[in-house]
Amino acid sequence: MGVEETQEPKTLGSGFITTSLDKLVNWSRASSMWPLTFGLACCAIEMMATGAARFDLDRMGILFRASPRQADVIIIAGTVTKKMVPVIKTVYEQMPEPRYVIAMGACASSGGIFDTYSTVQGVDEFLPVDVYIPGCPPRPEGLLYGLMKLQDKIRAERNTFGAAIGVGDVIHNKA
Amino acid sequence: MSDQAIVEKIKAKFSSEVLGVVEFRGETTITVNKGQIVEICTFMRDKLGYNFLCDLCGVDYLGKSPRFMVVYNLYNITTKQRIRIKAPVDEQDANIDTVSTVWGTANWHERECWDLMGIEFNNHPDLRRILMPADWEGHPLRKDYPLQGPDREPYQGRLS
Ligand code: SF4
Repeated sequence: MGVEETQEPKTLGSGFITTSLDKLVNWSRASSMWPLTFGLACCAIEMMATGAARFDLDRMGILFRASPRQADVIIIAGTVTKKMVPVIKTVYEQMPEPRYVIAMGACASSGGIFDTYSTVQGVDEFLPVDVYIPGCPPRPEGLLYGLMKLQDKIRAERNTFGAAIGVGDVIHNKA
Repeated sequence: MSDQAIVEKIKAKFSSEVLGVVEFRGETTITVNKGQIVEICTFMRDKLGYNFLCDLCGVDYLGKSPRFMVVYNLYNITTKQRIRIKAPVDEQDANIDTVSTVWGTANWHERECWDLMGIEFNNHPDLRRILMPADWEGHPLRKDYPLQGPDREPYQGRLS
């Protein structure tokens, strides 16, 4: 047991070529994070504002996609009711890997003001969340900052090229 | 026709059913027995012109008897008049006849009322949950339902 824990994970290695290829993959992933067009409550209004002309997500290569098959990121923008959980799970499972989850706002992060029988107390109860954005709702600047944090996280991943050709798994470093 | 005249007509037709009439700020509320609710509603629609059921809901008076009250808010589109009918429902015998045969819109309102309050509607064509997930247990708008759900510790107030 103890031996396995200390073992180096299987990678392509960390030579000049492989790390450069990783960087290329990470650059392309971080520069084209396509989120799913998916809003649940008031936070979605702020997400739309972030996507529109004034804050303009397109300039960062972030284009909303209407199909989970084409999306890399799902922004959970709003209050998640227990009735909505199976829907979100289905949509998440339809997204191709690598996929990332942003919990936008107090509701998605913790249930927010809705401490009730019908509301999920944070989407991390059923999804692996990468970035939490506080606020009720977060301003567009907040969402932009969260997206940039996610870009930092993607840029710091290792062995992404290796994982893409089937050697080992992606190693997540602290951004 | 004034509200007063309408109340008199109902009283004349269903004298034994009317439990009380309250007028408050120009709104008239008639409390009736639940037994003949379909006949009363049909009479309201056909003879008095209340052709629109604005809302049907349940009220939980926990601790009182009878515990529940089913409320019908009616509207007469022609004369722009409103009236409210209430029917008390016991906790042990929490059911009342459906009025979805009188106003089609009552169908979903009654489903909601059953879903959240647990008042059953006899002869309802499709009494399923409408707001809560289909496999939910309990009726969350009842006053004795724990606010944060049955599987969590109740809120104790701020600890700091
Ligand atoms: S965090 Fe606030 S703004 Fe966002 S969905 Fe919840 S209540 Fe609405």
